[in-house]
Amino acid sequence: MTDASLLSTPLTDLHRELGARLVPFAGYEMPVQYPQGIIAEHSHTREKAGLFDVSHMGQAWLVGPDFETTAAALERITPSAIAALKPGRQRYTVLLNETGGIVDDLMVSRPDGAENDGRLFLVVNASRKAVDYEMIAKSLPENVKLEPVEDRALIALQGPMAADVLKAHAPDAADMAFMAVRSMEFDGIAVHVSRSGYTGEDGYELSVPAGAAEAIARALLADERVAPIGLGARDSLRLEAGLCLYGHDIDETTSPVEGAITFVLQKRRKEAGDFPGAERILKELEDGPSRVRVGFTLEGRAPAREGAEIRNSEGRTVGVVTSGGFAPTLGAPIAMGYVETSCADVGTRLTLVVRGRELPATVAEMPFVPQRYYRKPSA
Amino acid sequence: MSTRYTEDHEWITVDGDVATVGITNYAQEQLGDVVFVELPEVGRKVSKGDEAAVVESVKAASEVYAPLDGEVVGANDVLADEPGKVNEDPEGAAWFVKIKMSDTGQLDGLMDEAAYKAHLEGL
Repeated sequence: MTDASLLSTPLTDLHRELGARLVPFAGYEMPVQYPQGIIAEHSHTREKAGLFDVSHMGQAWLVGPDFETTAAALERITPSAIAALKPGRQRYTVLLNETGGIVDDLMVSRPDGAENDGRLFLVVNASRKAVDYEMIAKSLPENVKLEPVEDRALIALQGPMAADVLKAHAPDAADMAFMAVRSMEFDGIAVHVSRSGYTGEDGYELSVPAGAAEAIARALLADERVAPIGLGARDSLRLEAGLCLYGHDIDETTSPVEGAITFVLQKRRKEAGDFPGAERILKELEDGPSRVRVGFTLEGRAPAREGAEIRNSEGRTVGVVTSGGFAPTLGAPIAMGYVETSCADVGTRLTLVVRGRELPATVAEMPFVPQRYYRKPSA
Repeated sequence: MSTRYTEDHEWITVDGDVATVGITNYAQEQLGDVVFVELPEVGRKVSKGDEAAVVESVKAASEVYAPLDGEVVGANDVLADEPGKVNEDPEGAAWFVKIKMSDTGQLDGLMDEAAYKAHLEGL
């Protein structure tokens, strides 16, 4: 069944052919799982390599006369040192509103090569495309333009075998460092590759011409180490990796300090205080925020979901769960949520209220499962 | 008596005045991997339509409703340790509860296999 109001991606027909269950997500018809099932897909990604269609995400160029001008333009709405980004490198950052709340989280990369001077490539959340593009366009000076990219698909290949799989089609990807970006050929097709992802594993994201997306996906899936992975496992993988899902774990009311992603704030920007909401954010850095995002491990098997109330040992409400579910790698439920800062220390025992019952939970280190990003062997 | 079904994808088999209730293969397919099942305590009185159990898949929690009035006289404790049984054998070993019916006449309101099949085809 097809809902005509939903958008498709260049890979939607392939998902259907592979037996995916398609569900509406951020206005797109997207695969939530394939016949293998979420737990098997999750484990496959942790053990081998998983292929994800993330073409619903927003890809856009920010184009100015030179790197300094374009970077300065983006710095007006982010707290990160975009100007310090080296050619061929990518950075995770956030767009901020005037009160220091997070409008979206995104990846920004500075492509290598003289022909790309003044160009930054952005990848934003599907659900935030319209909001982001309007906000960015409004903030730009005359000589910098936002150019949304509508003719490319985005394919993620994630897992410990991703590098070896991709090498056969795109040898140039093999020696890329974590968070590096590079343009190259995949079986003769021009693609932009970044060594990053949303699973906690080594892996890549490939921005590819829409017309070539299916051929590229089929070429990767032809490798027996690769399985197609749906949004269900994407969510459980990112939760185990302690990564935020926009609209759930971070939103327009939460600051980067509350969201425990202070690494998006670089020293020069903090010293200058020249970003939206700097007053609040610098004060939170100085005095500590009133609430902060933490992870939880739960006793028993019952998962706590988004919206579950968090209570302290006296039964007082001290926060709320923003993401939660079953962690296939751990074989146990995990969650993340916001708590009053006094309850945020690792090891603090709290309860998560599920269907009227208090489930014992402990504030835990994140990531829940160790990240295994690629580290270049030292020369 | 043959197996009966509800529109909420539960199956019911009857032995005397005790109904055994589980979820159908279609239901487990829709749920995906089941990771937790919460069952009612034995002795609890339930009315038709009451929440009798909760099934948690990786993605979400779903309620299982009592298909009949009665008293819970059995709960399948195996599911506490092996919730995945719901995916493996939903219409057999992975039954949820046994309910001692207070009104066996309510069985007439349930679908037989042919009617349930037609119901699935209409979805």
